[in-house]
Amino acid sequence: MSVHEQFAEDLALYALGTLQGEERVTLEKHLEGCAGCRRELEQLRGDMALMALSTAGPVPPRRARQRLIEAVAREPRQATATKRTWWTVVPWVVAGALAVGLVAVWFQNSDLQQRIAGLQSQAAQQMAELQRAREVVSTLTATDAMRVTLVAAKTPPQPQGKAIYVRDRSSLIFLASNFEALPPQKAYELWLIPTNGAPIPAGVFKPDAHGSATVINPPLPAGVQAKAFAITVEPESGSSAPTMPILMIGAGE
Amino acid sequence: MSGAEFKGDRTDAAVLAAIRSGDESGMAALYDRYSAVVYSVALRVLGDTGAAEDVLQEVFMQLWRNPGLFDSSRGSLGPWLAVIARHRAIDGLRKRRPETDIADVVVAVEPDMAGDAERARAMEKVRGTLGAMPSAQRQALEMAYFEGLSHSEISEKTGEPLGTIKTRIRSGLLALRKTFAI
Repeated sequence: MSVHEQFAEDLALYALGTLQGEERVTLEKHLEGCAGCRRELEQLRGDMALMALSTAGPVPPRRARQRLIEAVAREPRQATATKRTWWTVVPWVVAGALAVGLVAVWFQNSDLQQRIAGLQSQAAQQMAELQRAREVVSTLTATDAMRVTLVAAKTPPQPQGKAIYVRDRSSLIFLASNFEALPPQKAYELWLIPTNGAPIPAGVFKPDAHGSATVINPPLPAGVQAKAFAITVEPESGSSAPTMPILMIGAGE
Repeated sequence: MSGAEFKGDRTDAAVLAAIRSGDESGMAALYDRYSAVVYSVALRVLGDTGAAEDVLQEVFMQLWRNPGLFDSSRGSLGPWLAVIARHRAIDGLRKRRPETDIADVVVAVEPDMAGDAERARAMEKVRGTLGAMPSAQRQALEMAYFEGLSHSEISEKTGEPLGTIKTRIRSGLLALRKTFAI
């Protein structure tokens, strides 16, 4: 997938953080739907990291290390294995549920005391749900999690993918296991097959050493009805249309 | 896990796992590996050792407070820290609120910067590429990178057309990439 030439120079300025105004808004909107340009942005940020190397030489004074160690000691922290992508989802889910609760209570209870009591109950419930969601997310995303696929006895583990898609939120979570490693320059690409129209790219991924991978909320057009999901092998920058053959496919229940 | 267990050949993933588990010695290991990269880019941008130290402290503490900011899907840790440090230093230079959301930054680059020898070799190559650039191109790239100037501001300063400045900045970055292309 190549870079759109009309955005090539603005992408460099955007990576540097110096693109402003309408040009920035236009580019950000384009980036939402263009995996090729997003990939180029990552490359440009890599180029920026190389540029940083040209400054190498000075080292921080010894006191800087001590200062950091002391600051860290002042802020002890419990173990955490969260990923930011998930944390951005959880508050929105909670906020959305809370909003629904508010509307329901408003219409169902004219009495103010009842409404307050209802809201308090909702809030407590949401807090409990948030806590449960945190526990689930923490387990799902833990880097040291043991991931096991159970199959019928004496059957070798097969590649498996699970896609969980919520159309109204355009939210997609995909969990892969037992995927074979691919040659360099190649990656798996997930496709959303709509009920009408061409397959839509839904994330490029490479499995880790254990064959596992996750795709969380890839950019997708709003409200697409999915008929199925499929996986192909593509160049690692992703493709705009699937390259045959389709390795895996699954239809909704 | 104690700090003494971290050796120079310990992977970034092991260091990050320690930080995620709340092990303070992981931060010491992270500092020993990447403080020079973060500090030198901040110092070059800000020109002030105290301000560069502040950026160094801020970048590392952000990762300690929220280690989920970085995972392997964001690229290699060293390049990612270098890019974040440069953004924060520019924000400080221009006295503005942070404009780039750290959580959105993904950095694709080879080589990674974990080893001193790798870093030194890469540094020589980068300096060679910059030295070989036409001076007008290097100047445009350095003004954008180290001063955080927009293409309009560079155009005003140099008297060159906007389009020329844009082209020079992009082709300058691509020239760096080409240096490391296989």
